[in-house]
Amino acid sequence: MSGVALTATGLFKRFGALVVLNNVDFQVSPGEAIGIVGPNGAGKTTLLNVLSGAYPPSGGQVFLAGHDVTALGAAERCRLGIARSHQVPRPFAGMTVFENLHVAAAVGGGLAGQAAYDACVDSLELCGMTRVANRRAETLGLLDRKRLEMARALATGPKILLLDEIGGGLTDAEAAVLVNIIQTISRRDVAVVWIEHIVHILLQVVTRLVCMDAGRILAQGEPREVMADPSVIDAYLGPGAVAHV
Amino acid sequence: MNAYKVERWTRQSVFFSAAVGALLLVLAVGPLVFPPGITDRLTTLFIYIILAAMWNALAGYGGLVSIGQQLFIGLGGYALIRISNAGVPMFPALILAIVIIALVALPIGELMLRLRGGEFAIGMWVLAELAHFSINLDPLIQGETGTSLLALNAFTPGARRADIYWMGLALMILLLGTLFVLLRGKIGASIQAIRDDEIAAASVGVKVQNGKRVMFVLAAGGCAAAGVLNLATTISYQPHAFFGIQWTAYMLFMALVGGLGTFEGPIIGAILFFSMETFFGATGVLYLIGLGVVALGFALFIPRGIWGEVEARFGVRLLPVGYFLKMVEGEKVK
Ligand SMILES: Nc1ncnc2c1ncn2[C@@H]1O[C@H](COP(=O)(O)OP(=O)(O)O)[C@@H](O)[C@H]1O
Ligand SMILES: [Mg+2]
Repeated sequence: MSGVALTATGLFKRFGALVVLNNVDFQVSPGEAIGIVGPNGAGKTTLLNVLSGAYPPSGGQVFLAGHDVTALGAAERCRLGIARSHQVPRPFAGMTVFENLHVAAAVGGGLAGQAAYDACVDSLELCGMTRVANRRAETLGLLDRKRLEMARALATGPKILLLDEIGGGLTDAEAAVLVNIIQTISRRDVAVVWIEHIVHILLQVVTRLVCMDAGRILAQGEPREVMADPSVIDAYLGPGAVAHV
Repeated sequence: MNAYKVERWTRQSVFFSAAVGALLLVLAVGPLVFPPGITDRLTTLFIYIILAAMWNALAGYGGLVSIGQQLFIGLGGYALIRISNAGVPMFPALILAIVIIALVALPIGELMLRLRGGEFAIGMWVLAELAHFSINLDPLIQGETGTSLLALNAFTPGARRADIYWMGLALMILLLGTLFVLLRGKIGASIQAIRDDEIAAASVGVKVQNGKRVMFVLAAGGCAAAGVLNLATTISYQPHAFFGIQWTAYMLFMALVGGLGTFEGPIIGAILFFSMETFFGATGVLYLIGLGVVALGFALFIPRGIWGEVEARFGVRLLPVGYFLKMVEGEKVK
């Protein structure tokens, strides 16, 4: 599997008068792992929605492997290799966990028969969900629903995986397992974009960190440098906090 | 990766499918052994099952709530009148009418599927009313007076009763079989995903609008089949009886009470509705109030419907549309 780049230029997203993405440029290279941080309401999820095709942007363009995919919807972009998880899990409640993955592998991944099953079992085992494979998704607790989001996205066989706050509420041990999973995915040459509030687990995985605030990218680059950036500290702790750090 | 097996047939579903097959065989010889009254009533039950299953295909799986499916019931009947009037023999005319209305549904779907939620629901009803009034203008129909399917006079009552029964049984098996085959395959997985969450479905590659198109055309063809069968049993075509909104009320009742978004539920709902009608239909207004109370009770206290509740509580699945993972080695699966 060779990687593919996802690039966005000059993205805007408005909801009425509210400007949620304000001229955002974004790029993920093949095999890269990028973390996105920023206060609530910064526009992180919206960026992910625009990259995955869930929302059309109000302005700007999205390119996948150099092709303009701005006009394509989420389903088409998924078939081209962009998969995502949802911050608030959206399981197929009436289907079992395995069936949730199977539809992803068959439709998004374009696989049939044994190949589709293999993709499901691989993803289940990687995400530690084999034990609940035959349970209806509506019976899962929140943590398993989040795991299911990731497992289902993975079952589509993505080249680019967009993850939205899948680590919240984990114990240290569970967080370590999650870090391990994402490192494994990353080693398979899948580009990962991971939105997460828990910075210390993010820093174990990502090679680049992007900090957003109020619809803009405040800072990006080497993770520890970004976290030390005065404007980032401002955004998190409020203006003036820098002086006390 | 650990070794595994994926099963689609469970012992439960093998047993159930065999039972359904046996029941269908018994039904197939029905007209030869049942008294005429029973044969007629069963034909009505087949029509109800078709209607319930088709409304469910649209609303339960496609997420498209329509209060205007009588559009296709009325058009189906009308098409049969017209085609039969043009001299096509009875049973080819029946099939042709259904196929034509399913084709007519293609452009209607293109137009109507641009509408969302309530707009779609009401838009379908408006279309049904428009079609109703347009068809009243056809001289052959003579306005609300209506007309009769004269070609049926060529049959003896006994032969007509049996033939229409078989037609109804065959169409029910064909339509529900189509839904079943769709559900078992890749389209079905997509459709179930759409039923559960459209946004998530799109995120895993499902073309939501395509899934809805399939359900729309299937439901249209199914309702046309019900209209055609209804005309064949009642013989007279009065537009207001075919385009009446009471059909929507029946379909809603059967699908909601039985269990929306399940395959088995609407069949159970149709049998329940049919039984209520058989035993209490003669009580007129009281019967209608009874239907309303039952529907309201379900909406408030058992919103998943009978079969939805059974499935969720006991995890039963009678149809082999699912996938069960068994690990040969490694972790135990629940
Ligand atoms: N569909 C929507 N309609 C209107 N406003 C929205 C919508 N989605 C997000 N927003 C608004 O956009 C802003 C950014 O939201 P979001 O992207 O979810 O932020 P984050 O994920 O960084 O917390 C918030 O003010 C939110 O209320
Ligand atoms: Mg968010």
